[in-house]
Amino acid sequence: MEFDAVLLSRIQFAFTLAFHILFPTLTIGLAVFLVIIEALWLRTKKDLYYYIYKFWVRIFGLSFGMGVVSGIVLSFEFGTNFSRFSEATGNVLGPLLGYEVMTAFFLEASFLGVMLFAWYRVGNRLHFLSTCVVALGTIISAFWILAANSWMHTPAGYRLEEGIFYVTDWSEVIFTSSFLYRFTHMLFASFLSTVFLIAGVAGWYLLKGQHEFVARSCFSLTLGLAAVLAPAQILMGDLHGLQVQRDQPMKVAAMEGLWETGREVPFLIFAWPDQEKETNHFEIGIPKAASLILQHDPEGEVKGLKEVTPDQRPNVPIVFFSFRIMLFSGFLFLGVAWIGLWLRWKKQLYKQPWFFRLCMFTAPLGFVATVAGWVVAEVGRQPWIVQGLMRTVDMASDIPAQAVLISLSLFVLVYGILFLAFVYYLFKLFRAGPDYKTEPPPFTSARTAWLPSG
Amino acid sequence: MDLVLIWAVLLSFAILIYVILDGFDLGIGILFPWGRDAKERDMMMNSIAPVWDGNETWLIFGGGGLFAAFPLAYSILMPALYIPVLIMLFALVFRGVAFEFRFKSERSQGVWDGAFNFGSSVAAFAQGLILGAFIQGLEVTEGGYTGGALDWLTPFSLMTGFALMCGYSLLGATWLIIKTTGELQQWAYQAARWLLLIVLAWIAMVSLWTPLAKPEVAERWFSWPNFLLLSPIPVATLGVALALWHALKKQRERAPFIFSVSLFFLSFIGLAVSIWPYTIPYQLTLWETAAPPESQRFLLVGAVILVPLILGYTTFSYRIFKGKVAAGRSYY
Repeated sequence: MEFDAVLLSRIQFAFTLAFHILFPTLTIGLAVFLVIIEALWLRTKKDLYYYIYKFWVRIFGLSFGMGVVSGIVLSFEFGTNFSRFSEATGNVLGPLLGYEVMTAFFLEASFLGVMLFAWYRVGNRLHFLSTCVVALGTIISAFWILAANSWMHTPAGYRLEEGIFYVTDWSEVIFTSSFLYRFTHMLFASFLSTVFLIAGVAGWYLLKGQHEFVARSCFSLTLGLAAVLAPAQILMGDLHGLQVQRDQPMKVAAMEGLWETGREVPFLIFAWPDQEKETNHFEIGIPKAASLILQHDPEGEVKGLKEVTPDQRPNVPIVFFSFRIMLFSGFLFLGVAWIGLWLRWKKQLYKQPWFFRLCMFTAPLGFVATVAGWVVAEVGRQPWIVQGLMRTVDMASDIPAQAVLISLSLFVLVYGILFLAFVYYLFKLFRAGPDYKTEPPPFTSARTAWLPSG
Repeated sequence: MDLVLIWAVLLSFAILIYVILDGFDLGIGILFPWGRDAKERDMMMNSIAPVWDGNETWLIFGGGGLFAAFPLAYSILMPALYIPVLIMLFALVFRGVAFEFRFKSERSQGVWDGAFNFGSSVAAFAQGLILGAFIQGLEVTEGGYTGGALDWLTPFSLMTGFALMCGYSLLGATWLIIKTTGELQQWAYQAARWLLLIVLAWIAMVSLWTPLAKPEVAERWFSWPNFLLLSPIPVATLGVALALWHALKKQRERAPFIFSVSLFFLSFIGLAVSIWPYTIPYQLTLWETAAPPESQRFLLVGAVILVPLILGYTTFSYRIFKGKVAAGRSYY
């Protein structure tokens, strides 16, 4: 493999994207969690919920800051490293990103200030409204970015002239055949990652016997949500898989490690795909399972990688293993969530140290699974940047490899330092726990509840 | 109405808003080491903590808007300015996280103070470099950048880099005058006076150097009757500078910031006059780099509705945080 500017740009883009997506994954989920908590607070007027809110909003602020700064990088990187791609697709993707900025980023940024800094300055209702608006903003942002990205997987509503895309129908561009599956799948991924993070932290407090009330409340709420979200996500993944098989059969073939088109295809629990020899080593599989999953028929036909020439296949091992990481994490979530249900039924939810430890172990896994899922999606699309129409290698900027090598090294260094700092401050906040010293703002009369009080 | 023109105005507006809003908060970052103790630095940071994120969003709007409305210009400028753009991004990353990390740290607060100051200064300088390289023009053949990786690095772009740093500092100092009291405010008055003199010197230098280096610009300003028609711009600049000096002397609280913003506005207009009608100076015009009408129209529909709304709630959030700031991490 030659490390030319194109490959370096791809690595840089993948690295900066993977780093970035960790933070929106957390902030989308946390924002919704904070809406629930603040609603509970306003409804029950219990101080407990105020302390939970104040605790998690700090983590929200920290993650949001990381998301903003790493996101700005991306909005310029299209142009700096993939200028031919931006020229070719600017007419289609530019307006979608423009809408993301106008409908989501400004909303989030302005109301985040209120959410973080304006306790006492505004009434409780206006504060709650700000939390809701920020949560809505994070979801709208996901909507547009998934629409833009899905178009690259299942392009529609365009006309291609001399290497430039022109839009013929905007609703087709936005609502492509993969969009709703991918949007929902990502939202569920966010929610799941967040509830397991919160459950993990709560489990840690319970294990140490600290912050009992806050921890119990969080533990119970998030594990309850997980019991519904985990199966919903598996179902969503299954539906999404059927769609990918229709639209991008080679991605599915790589996910399954399937070389020959066939019927009664087994699902491989483990294998070592060999791209040179076009076969797998050390296969362990469940007979007929892949056919059953993908065709909902044990005899169903699944397309193999040999349908196309090697230069039209994605990197099989990367897709194959990332898919398994995502899938196994998903089933682990289901297991943990349902063990939680069972313990709750037995009235043992707050009494089993092994279960606290299990939750601590699953706390970071949602983020691992989310990144793995994005790797499956994006590497699985290769060698195409726009499925079936444009190849990634033809779309990079014509910039010297040294420049990209330097910027990539700096990104690895800088993001590495930032990530360590982030984790350090995250654990500092976790260790410190909720702050019970500040007095919750008073519940004012209905008339002034919306207005700034200064 | 011509869609391309509307977009040109809208994007210029977005960039101007960005320069003013992030200008003052980058300026605070540049002036940060002059905060004498942790308390003063807290106040400086608190004066922008709730709003910096919204301010920086205008940069994404500028970048995203350029990508959407003038994709060819975006795809030429970004690789041509690869190094300064990435320097700016790295710098913005450092200063952005400093807001979060600083208030959560004790021993390492100095590190994040440094990151905030260094990041703000470098981001401002890099933006000046980008501006300078843009004014100078880029080597373009057949719709693609064909120059070298270091073409942006010239004495002229270094000058605009320093000039922008000083300009942002002036905005920052006059913002501090609004948000603080006592010693820090007095210091800001002093700083603003010095900065005004320096900024005026830079404006004079850029205004002389640009037409000397670029005959196209000289032609625009000094040909008849342009010379007469455009003369209100330098005259107004001088008037605003005098008014600003006077307001600083009289220790007005809001007027200095408003006059500083006006100074930026006039410089921006002057720049627009020099560059018009190019998106890649002196080679490709707005129309040659524009997205087709169906793309520009689609986004414009949203912009017409959403930009006023954005301005509305941005104003609202500034109003919530109006008044003087206190020291300490009293917030969240």
